Amino acid sequence: MSFITRGFSGRSRDRDERLPPGQTLVEDWPVLSAGPTPDVSTDEWRFEVRTESGRHEWSWDEMQALGVEDVTVDIHCVTHWSKLGMAWRGVPLDRIFEEVETSHDYVMAHSYGGYTTNVPLDELLDGQAWIAFEADGEPLDPEHGGPARLLVPHLYFWKSAKWIRGLVTMPTDDPGFWEQNGYHLHGDPWTEERYW
Amino acid sequence: MTRAAWHVATVAEVRDETPTARRLTLEVPTWPGNEAGAHLDLRLTAPDGYQATRSYSIASSGDGTRVVLAVAEVPEGEVSPFLVHDLRAGDQLEVHGPLGAYFVWRPGGAAAGAEASPLRPVQLIGAGSGVVPLVAMAAAHDEGADATPFRLLYSVRTPADVFFADELRAFAEAPAPTRLGLDLVYTRDAPAGAARPPGRLTPDLVAELAWPVEQRPRIFICGPTPFVEAVAGWLVAAGHAPEAIRTERFGGA
Ligand SMILES: Cc1cc2nc3c(=O)[nH]c(=O)nc-3n(C[C@H](O)[C@H](O)[C@H](O)COP(=O)(O)OP(=O)(O)OC[C@H]3O[C@@H](n4cnc5c(N)ncnc54)[C@H](O)[C@@H]3O)c2cc1C
Repeated sequence: MSFITRGFSGRSRDRDERLPPGQTLVEDWPVLSAGPTPDVSTDEWRFEVRTESGRHEWSWDEMQALGVEDVTVDIHCVTHWSKLGMAWRGVPLDRIFEEVETSHDYVMAHSYGGYTTNVPLDELLDGQAWIAFEADGEPLDPEHGGPARLLVPHLYFWKSAKWIRGLVTMPTDDPGFWEQNGYHLHGDPWTEERYW
Repeated sequence: MTRAAWHVATVAEVRDETPTARRLTLEVPTWPGNEAGAHLDLRLTAPDGYQATRSYSIASSGDGTRVVLAVAEVPEGEVSPFLVHDLRAGDQLEVHGPLGAYFVWRPGGAAAGAEASPLRPVQLIGAGSGVVPLVAMAAAHDEGADATPFRLLYSVRTPADVFFADELRAFAEAPAPTRLGLDLVYTRDAPAGAARPPGRLTPDLVAELAWPVEQRPRIFICGPTPFVEAVAGWLVAAGHAPEAIRTERFGGA
């Protein structure tokens, strides 16, 4: 149910088709984090994938060597802001999973600093997700998840785990940190899967 | 945790909080209550169906159907100038919540999700309107006559910009052991007799005014994003465990 709030007219009427419901366009780049920003150098940075059958690890240089792509995507934060047409650089997860075998359907993304978020593996493949380390032509700031973050632009942006450290595959869709604290298990911005 | 849902809210009372902020008391008959530190999403609808939604922290907590917000005007903003200048008693809007199960303080000594350890003190650090969820925590602490040692370090521009000034003063004058340790740091104008001249918060001042590392405080920081980034970074550099620090960033650059 929705009704009019007396006297409210709002700002803009030419609503961009690319904006999901309940979102506002921003030019700057707000920050959503639950704690302090970790400080991780690219020298010490490692990325690992753990599955039921084993463990794979990449250093910063090994990750870059998998093949970097330029992508332009829209991002949508659960706190109601969106940025459209953002230029990113990163390694598609397809490259990473070329080297990984698993029968699991879900992954838990783990970050430096201890945060986790769950994502269906299907939604990380076929050009839908990257390990990203540049945005708008600059290396990612620590407050925005640098040196590297997961980028899953078709889901709310908390799924794009900052300070990404690895992925652990899992047979069931267990909730990560944000999901245990009230955010939706899946997070599709077009159907407003914000909170459970 | 209570499941969040949309609710119809009627404005029960509005009053000036500071020269640039308004306190809004909402009556939400279906409100399930909320924890201290939680927030909600507030949605406004225009006559042509256009909607705008923003998040606001809740200054109240507990079981009641009265929900208190305090909104600072962001110049040129879409929603906050409307809430600060145009909204009046009797108006209706929608709220979704309560939201957030992490940036909350639960009486009895345990932060959300943590094991009970009543002796760990709590340090609240806020700037500007970022004090709103911290006021809810300090109020819950005061009302519950909770003995967890509590301190609030509050950075504001001038004495007139202090949110919930009367309430904070009352918490700071409560009998021990419930008394709130209150430190106001004025960035632009300090009142006569203030502990120090006006100036921005520094790592040294935070170290001086916050519970020391050895006491392993639980820390809640809230305010504009650059403030939260800076202060959380100083505390980690000073030796506080990152897991002990919970943050809420309101936005802005
Ligand atoms: C969890 C959460 C809780 C919040 N609680 C409160 C609260 O208790 N009280 C309160 O007053 N605000 C609070 N905010 C901020 C609030 O949601 C809005 O962002 C704020 O009211 C501005 O909205 P607007 O529509 O007026 O401005 P917009 O039209 O959205 O923005 C206008 C311009 O101001 C910038 N801007 C947006 N937010 C801020 C900000 N907070 N400070 C400085 N610049 C900003 C934008 O980037 C933009 O450039 C909270 C935000 C979050 C995420």
